[in-house]
Amino acid sequence: MSDRSIRLISTAAVWLFALVWALPLLYAIWAAVHPSAFATHFNLAAPLTFENFTRAWTAAPFARYFLNTTLLVLGIMAAQFVICTLAAFALARWTFVGSGVLFALILVQLMVTPDVLILENYLTLKQMGLIDTLTGVGLPYVASAFGIFLLRQTFKSIPSELDDAARMEGASTLQTIWRVYLPLARPVYVAYGLVSVSYHWNNFLWPLIVTNSVETRPLTVGLQVFASVDQGIDWSVISAAALMTSAPLMIAFLLFQRAFIQSFLRAGIR
Amino acid sequence: MAAPRASRLNIHLQGWLLVLPAVVLLATFTHVPAVETVIDSFFSTPHGKRPAVYIGFDQYRTMLADPVFWLAFRNNLLYALITVPLAIALALLMALWVNGRIKGRAALRLAFFTPTILPMVAAANIWLFFYTPDYGLLNQIIRLFGFESVNWLGSPATALPALMAVTVWKEAGFFMIFFLAALQQVPPVLYEAARMENASSWLVFRRITWPLLMPTTLFVAVNALINAFRVVDQVIAMTGGGPNNATALLLFYIFQVAFSFWDSGYAAALSVVLLSTLAIIAFLQFFLLDRKIHYR
Repeated sequence: MSDRSIRLISTAAVWLFALVWALPLLYAIWAAVHPSAFATHFNLAAPLTFENFTRAWTAAPFARYFLNTTLLVLGIMAAQFVICTLAAFALARWTFVGSGVLFALILVQLMVTPDVLILENYLTLKQMGLIDTLTGVGLPYVASAFGIFLLRQTFKSIPSELDDAARMEGASTLQTIWRVYLPLARPVYVAYGLVSVSYHWNNFLWPLIVTNSVETRPLTVGLQVFASVDQGIDWSVISAAALMTSAPLMIAFLLFQRAFIQSFLRAGIR
Repeated sequence: MAAPRASRLNIHLQGWLLVLPAVVLLATFTHVPAVETVIDSFFSTPHGKRPAVYIGFDQYRTMLADPVFWLAFRNNLLYALITVPLAIALALLMALWVNGRIKGRAALRLAFFTPTILPMVAAANIWLFFYTPDYGLLNQIIRLFGFESVNWLGSPATALPALMAVTVWKEAGFFMIFFLAALQQVPPVLYEAARMENASSWLVFRRITWPLLMPTTLFVAVNALINAFRVVDQVIAMTGGGPNNATALLLFYIFQVAFSFWDSGYAAALSVVLLSTLAIIAFLQFFLLDRKIHYR
């Protein structure tokens, strides 16, 4: 066999593999955009419809779920930026009493995420009266070891002459962070923001435990409730709902593919 | 230039002030509950007016005699041992394909990476449909080849592998991008040298690519391993641990004991097992990754 035909065959094999890989998703898309009658048998003449999406949208309070998730991911991101920046700056620039031990203790959270300790954290939240609130869903994730680690690495690479210069001009610590560190670390904040938003958009177990009403439920939990209770087994509608909940992230990803992939790479672990 | 005494004191103070919010939150939701979990595992579950009492290792004795715990533990080990190498191997293959000069690279990369963007619950529902008995796509396909329709999630023999497939599907594309980035770091000179020596592509992979990818492989493996012991979304969404606990995994069982059976003492003991497992992985990571034993 010639080199050329070997190359052709292997290309075809890779394409076949990719097709198989995409099959579950393509199948769901097929079901979502065709009437239920065509959900499980394929006919190129099947009429396209948007009805499954409207039926899902009206059958459950998805609008509210979207709002909840949006508030949640933006709130967590904003709080993480503030809290992790402050801690990362101190740990990157200063050696203070216990800073080494502290950093090691912070890193523990990379392994022991809040959802591993579901029961204790649930009880803590209950004492605080934060069960079934968006604050309760977000609070355990606000101080993120990952964010502190990432920002600390970044801040360490910023030459300290720059903050000496800012101090000469009489800037306080917070002003130095704001004027020198934030602008220089911007790409890292973008990366961290994307990773944080996609993590919390998709997070499920913790919000499932903490929320129990429409007003607080994020999309993932709403989808699960919808698929298991509200709906019989109309796969077209469930597929439409599943795609709908993923749509904003998917569209953002399609538009900013490079930024997403760069962010995940930079961030490494989620 | 030595800082004056006053400003050095000032740094200790300012340092602690800046880390304080993070420290308080981390302690509240990570360190304190971790310690409390260990303590609670030595106490009975409080019922109504009856407070928790110290019972020593009783919860652990119950655990050792609990067949569901052993099943969940075994399932979880299997889950890790199968999904981690499989996801890594596929991720590496995908990266090698997409890195080469293949037609339609962008589309291929998209097909491989898209599953990682989906929420696991959405992916789980999509796969539920894919696995549906009789008329789901998977059964339609195997019937084309003359096989009987299989109730993938309904029979104990296939339910766990069916969940593993979802995990691998969702993770391989994510790991692919790390391999892709690493592949692009390999100095082209090495490949040129190999070409001059007329080395076969397998030899090039084994002697150049694979050793240089080792740090990435270890990094990905550790993360995959941690994820494997935190799998729970797809279990809740797809099987509820069934049939007959065939798909019960550690975190799912903790969730069930804590929030369906409300047995907090026992849930704490189970959590200690999970925490210890994660600690062992952390230890492994420390020795494998930080000692930098790659490039051999």
